[in-house]
Amino acid sequence: MDTQAKIKEMVTTNPVVLYMKGTPKFPQCGFSNLATQILDACNAKYVAVDVLQDQAVREGIKVFANWPTIPQLYINGEFVGGSDIMRAMYESGELQTLLNAAK
Amino acid sequence: MLSAQQLEAYITQNLACEFIKVLGDDGTHFESVIVSNAFVGKSMVQQHQLVYAALGDRMRSEIHALSMKTFTPEQWQKQSAA
Repeated sequence: MDTQAKIKEMVTTNPVVLYMKGTPKFPQCGFSNLATQILDACNAKYVAVDVLQDQAVREGIKVFANWPTIPQLYINGEFVGGSDIMRAMYESGELQTLLNAAK
Repeated sequence: MLSAQQLEAYITQNLACEFIKVLGDDGTHFESVIVSNAFVGKSMVQQHQLVYAALGDRMRSEIHALSMKTFTPEQWQKQSAA
């Protein structure tokens, strides 16, 4: 399976997926750390993919969403945004609504 | 080293902005506020994509992180008035 197909499968078979640098316990970047904190604050269950473990995914995910940075959040197969957008949507309550619908 | 002023110039070369302010002095991490007519009717994702597109390959090479707050002129007026 090529990388794009692999990413597509990952985000469509899991309701909430976060592509990040490092793991939720040991994030390797401040923005990825912020993203996990926001999801935790929403009590979200999510699958975290560490892009540092797979160079093809690290580059492929940027193409997949036409988005050059990591972290990236996907809910129900849809790209939601990076950490700035996650923060804005968390503050407005929109993110909680989306996450509730994903459960 | 890339400066905040250079980054502002890179963005405004390819995206007409009503207002732009970029902060950051370590050469790789930046924060910005960007107001553009081009954002009208677009989602937040699409607004950020427009800024990333204006930066093109620089986003992959020179810039590690660019934190953004994007506003349409109308949103910006409300924000400033608040």
